[in-house]
Amino acid sequence: MKIITGNDLKTGAVIWWDGRGWSIHVEDAADVGDGGEQILAVEDAACRVNGGYVIDAERGADGKVRPAHIKDRIRALGPTVRPDLTLKPADPDAGSWVI
Amino acid sequence: MYKYDHYDQAMVDARVADFRDQTRRRIAGLMTDDQFKPLRLKNGLYLQLHAYMLRVAIPYGTLNSRQMRKLAHIARTYDRGYGHFTTRQNIQYNWIKLEQAPDILAELATVEMHAIQTSGESIRNVSADHYAGAAADEVIDPRPWAEMLRQMTTFMPEFSYLPRKFKICVIASDEDRAAMRWHDFGLRIVRNGAGEIGFEVYPGGGMGRTPFIAYKARDFLPANQIFSYLQAVLRVWNRHARRDNIHKQRMKILVHELGEEEFTRQVEETFQHVLTLGSDFPQAEYDRIAAYFEPPAFETGLSEEIDRSDPDFAVWVDQQVAEHKAPGYAIANVSLKPVGGIAGDISAEQMEVVADLAERYSFDELRASHAQNLVLPHVRKQDLYAVWQALVDAGLANANLDLVTDIIACPGLDYCSLANARSIPVAQRIAERFEDEARQKDIGELKIKISGCINACGHHHAGHIGILGVDRKGTENYQLLLGGSGDENTTQAKITGPGFDEAGIVDAVERAVEHYRVIREPGERFLDTYRRVGMDGFKEAIYG
Amino acid sequence: MAESGNPTPQAAGEANYLRFREDIPADEPAVSLDAFFEQPNAVSVRIEAGDDPERLIPHLARVRLVEVDFPKFRDGRGFSTARILREAGYTGEIKATGDVLVDLVYFMRRCGFDSFAPDVAIDRDVLEGALNRYPYVYQHAADDAVPIWQLRHPELANG
Repeated sequence: MKIITGNDLKTGAVIWWDGRGWSIHVEDAADVGDGGEQILAVEDAACRVNGGYVIDAERGADGKVRPAHIKDRIRALGPTVRPDLTLKPADPDAGSWVI
Repeated sequence: MYKYDHYDQAMVDARVADFRDQTRRRIAGLMTDDQFKPLRLKNGLYLQLHAYMLRVAIPYGTLNSRQMRKLAHIARTYDRGYGHFTTRQNIQYNWIKLEQAPDILAELATVEMHAIQTSGESIRNVSADHYAGAAADEVIDPRPWAEMLRQMTTFMPEFSYLPRKFKICVIASDEDRAAMRWHDFGLRIVRNGAGEIGFEVYPGGGMGRTPFIAYKARDFLPANQIFSYLQAVLRVWNRHARRDNIHKQRMKILVHELGEEEFTRQVEETFQHVLTLGSDFPQAEYDRIAAYFEPPAFETGLSEEIDRSDPDFAVWVDQQVAEHKAPGYAIANVSLKPVGGIAGDISAEQMEVVADLAERYSFDELRASHAQNLVLPHVRKQDLYAVWQALVDAGLANANLDLVTDIIACPGLDYCSLANARSIPVAQRIAERFEDEARQKDIGELKIKISGCINACGHHHAGHIGILGVDRKGTENYQLLLGGSGDENTTQAKITGPGFDEAGIVDAVERAVEHYRVIREPGERFLDTYRRVGMDGFKEAIYG
Repeated sequence: MAESGNPTPQAAGEANYLRFREDIPADEPAVSLDAFFEQPNAVSVRIEAGDDPERLIPHLARVRLVEVDFPKFRDGRGFSTARILREAGYTGEIKATGDVLVDLVYFMRRCGFDSFAPDVAIDRDVLEGALNRYPYVYQHAADDAVPIWQLRHPELANG
């Protein structure tokens, strides 16, 4: 699947296109097929995303969206070396999901 | 240390207003990111993996307690409770919001701090020896010249859009504690036969994907001509660097392509012309700045004794305390490398502790070193025990300066959008492997430097052991290098062979270290042994 | 600070031509550097980012206008070009063309540019703010701004 990610212009937070707007949770990411660049052009011009790009992802065995590249998985969660600063500080499996 | 006059303050305040307006226009959509990016980089604001990152300048690594407390306040108020000291003596915050960045810069301006030109294709923070003003071997304190260079290079209009970044370093001793020759423009302060102050000039160094060590262009440049000379160097590079390939635009590439002789010739020709413009700062301005760097009022008649009866304190003294030029005083190094911690990271609470210690015990002065550690430069020997106790309580008393666990690591893929691999976990695993204090002491001086990509912010080219993280078909892979150095015998580390995964690189480092221990001669550090025997034996030991 | 001279009428608030000189602009189109040497009557010349401005120095007496192009705002070679011309004694017009952004104009002025023809119109209010933002300068350039070190040591000012 193809999903879109970027950063919020004002806050810098990592965001994922959920089909209608932007979510900070990668689980909400929508499959955009071939339409990613078009969506990005609109959203970037409207300042709703900064530095956005299209990436490959798949649905893991648990059905959850998993970006293909480790860099985007780290973006989805947070720094692997500071679990307390990630989006899932209480989840012991979060780190292994990234790697 | 230097104090702003109203001119300096007005310039920093103007810069805040400038950036506030630019940010407003960006958020309102009046500027594209392509147009805004160079402007925000000129104020130290990157867009990184998780948020914006702000790099605050700590000019030549010197700051006072008031500034450190403000840095702690910023960590608490605008970030997530911590900061990161970098390999260029600056501090970074990882969780910044663009909409708050102008306010942060405004707060920094109230304590004479800024983020001017700390990123992008700018003339960056001028770095200097972190023992400046305390070391016995310096010709003079290099920091007045570093401060002059800072002012000279702030908002230089001709160099508004340089081909790439430009890094300056000033030292004043034979021993190079600041990796001077790894800079685009390195200076060593010397005296000539007549006792006059001048500079050995070393242009053309730099790390990144094509490392070069600076060459010596001048044995002696009269000190009062340094600005003309620097302008000449910058002009030659600004005019002739390639502009078509971002990877070939650093000045070291131009030096390499023209050759040292031709580069020097062009610089000298331009220098003779620039001299006629009369832009050098006068002696009176140097004297005004130098007055701020007069030695503090050191007491005399102090005890030289250090009570070593507490064995843990004795261990710390042996490793962390360096000799001071003033009798009765010492230089105290503060480790930001706890085993299993994150190199260079410091919490807001720890910043407050260090600020208090500086104010109370070090004439209100602190330093940041390019090795991502801190320094209390002027501590009375009789106060070392109290300092140590406070550091112990704050988790800052690790006695590992220049040892195998004193690792330099860039933030890597955990934080940085440029990275190909994570570097911090590798540093942690290595430190844990070598944690035993007796083992560390036995190994002795060993500078490991880890970069998460070829941009080399972890300075792996200058590591006795260097590690470079790469992306190999979507997975993290680590190359091992040996024999680099940032000291006065500057050398570039060489790659050993095929790369390793995370577990493998730790084992490979251990095999290299054990090989050193087997073949070393008395008094040899790891680097010395490598330089004596070369790569072959090490390569065999690593790869079997 | 200087004000714009004879602005071309256009949409309120925006300018794609700014001039900070009082004299009459040269109205001949600028020719390329090579063509300039072949045409002894040419008075307007265009310097591309990669051209060497020093080639022009022996001929400055007949030059009235130099256009310096910025193909991309990040290409800062034109700043050095302008300074080299001013240092050679050229007092005619130097115009910045191409990807000239409002945030650059102040620094270009300091380097000797006195007119601007940006590809994309510049907001006049933003420009006004940018030109008046920095009260001082740290170093000499091609303008006559007095550097801070000289303000600090007025006894050293040249007579």
